[in-house]
Amino acid sequence: MRIAEENKALLKKLYYNMYKIRRAEEKLIELYNAGHIKAPIHLSIGQEAVAVGVMAALRPEDKIVSTHRCHGHYLAKGGDLNKMMAEILGKATGCCRGFGGTMHLFDEKAGHMVSTPIVGSSIAIAVGITLSSVIKREDKIAVAFFGDGAVEEGIFWESLNFASVHHLPIIFVCENNFYATHSPILKRQPKDEIVSRVSPHGIKTHRVDGNNVLAVFEIANHAVYKARLYREPCFIEACTYRLKEHWGVGEDWDLGYRSREEGERWIANCPIKNLKVVMEKSGVSDIEVETLESIVEKEIIGAAEFALQSPEPLENELLVNE
Amino acid sequence: MANRQLKYKEAASEALVQAMEKDPRVFLMGEGVDNIRGVYGHTLAAYKKFGPERVIDTPLSENGLTGFAIGAALDGLRPVLIHQRDDFMLLTMDQMMNQAAKLRYVSGGQHKVPLVILSFIAKKAGEGVQHTQSLQSVFAHFPGIKVVMPSSPYSIKGAIISAIEDDEPVIVLEHCDLLEQKGLVAEEYYDLSFRSKLFSAEDLGDVTIVAVSAMVNNALTARDELTKQNISADIIDLHSINPLDVDTIASSVKVTGRLVVVDTGWQMCGIGAEIITQLTEQDINFLKPPKRINMAPTPCPASHYLLKNYHPSTEKIINSVLEMF
Repeated sequence: MRIAEENKALLKKLYYNMYKIRRAEEKLIELYNAGHIKAPIHLSIGQEAVAVGVMAALRPEDKIVSTHRCHGHYLAKGGDLNKMMAEILGKATGCCRGFGGTMHLFDEKAGHMVSTPIVGSSIAIAVGITLSSVIKREDKIAVAFFGDGAVEEGIFWESLNFASVHHLPIIFVCENNFYATHSPILKRQPKDEIVSRVSPHGIKTHRVDGNNVLAVFEIANHAVYKARLYREPCFIEACTYRLKEHWGVGEDWDLGYRSREEGERWIANCPIKNLKVVMEKSGVSDIEVETLESIVEKEIIGAAEFALQSPEPLENELLVNE
Repeated sequence: MANRQLKYKEAASEALVQAMEKDPRVFLMGEGVDNIRGVYGHTLAAYKKFGPERVIDTPLSENGLTGFAIGAALDGLRPVLIHQRDDFMLLTMDQMMNQAAKLRYVSGGQHKVPLVILSFIAKKAGEGVQHTQSLQSVFAHFPGIKVVMPSSPYSIKGAIISAIEDDEPVIVLEHCDLLEQKGLVAEEYYDLSFRSKLFSAEDLGDVTIVAVSAMVNNALTARDELTKQNISADIIDLHSINPLDVDTIASSVKVTGRLVVVDTGWQMCGIGAEIITQLTEQDINFLKPPKRINMAPTPCPASHYLLKNYHPSTEKIINSVLEMF
């Protein structure tokens, strides 16, 4: 009975976090369409399970780095929702006081250290954080999130090599969504699976359905355990799919680089829907789900209100950033 | 021991050891830092004292290494990353300039990046086009990262310590011509501000010579020659490229009205251009058009026959000054 209750609590936590990311990004679409956002937002709608599944296996003191598509990672790691909305609207109350913007959401307290649109660039920073952990004899670990495109960057391989040689407690999480902007993976790489090219570096690899949050959580949990206890680096390839355009708030089936039929298969495989099915089977009631959803709605409305009402940064802050 | 003399490279090595003794957060990393030569002798003493945990030999991954060092700096350590030639730093521009130089600003002040990048400029014959570049102007272009080029054993020790203590990234460039040079170096731990040093002429100066790194020696030699011809020169050891201490230069040029900038690098978009522009913007009255002395506007050839006229020299400094009178 206790296990069943614990399971339910976990399922509810995962659902709450995924739903929060989904709704936060849907709110961003509204704010964008209303002209409040002057920035290229990169939405992770459809990919929420990877961030949430991995983060559920971490401790608060563990650190992560992310990419230009960072909203989900930021929220899943416990980044402040109000400050995220304010940052994306360019307000002084944003998590980076307006200096960062949508692609640079940092919340040092939450352990979301760096996100960057220079593809692959933050991976090395995560490796450095774990080098520091080892030097300081701490047991915190780090996770680097990146897309399949990052695998084409030299710094990815430099990072794998170093982490392997120095036995660093890092988990490389590749969100393989099969496209870099508009280029399909098979035009860029010899195979559309990545793990077989990584494992020769002496690094354990796992390939997982990235739209199944429980599967991601299970693999991540195992990887975190190995990293923390045995300083064993690990590479997880989580297969998933971006439902919106590369940047912006619309859909892009009309561009011709991917088909609507392909997209519809992934829409049917929505990670939030998938989890809902499991929750139902595990005895989470509709009322419990609705309660979670209404908590999220309140938070989202509050955050949007906070961002809209927040003051703008002063022009003369441009040069003074202490 | 007040008159203790050390070689430039010994002073650098001493700075690293003293900084590591004082602050357990300091560590060194780079290709070959633990090998029998310890770069140019810089890291041997530290390796013997602190071992491989704090003096880390690395794979040949310059860009990655810079990112690893940034990550460690974000996590509270104070890494010193060593590249044996500054030419290799071109491989690390992403991490240095997109990340290290930006992270404090872009994070709204949340992040500090106390990172030191120590590297070397060479100009020996035969090294060819990719082991002889002097890239300070490239690095100095970016806000958020400091660039220093100490010219003496005293100043390299203080500069390394200051760089390690700084909460922002600092690039320290040593010139290989200086490594064996001896000079007075205090034994204690000391820092040094990122300011230029003015060696004033005995009388009111007739000309100001701003010199970068190893060029300070040439400028001081040129001054002795010029004195014989009744021309007195203020010499300014620029020391820091960014921040640029233009006030010290302006204070001298206001008196002399004549300026020569001697740089170890190329002229195009270089330090001389920046200094002369900033003085012009201050409406300083030049008696004669200012001059710049640089490497020839080509890559550096390998053959010592071709090299004769490539680099700035004492003779070029003297001739440039004489043309102003």
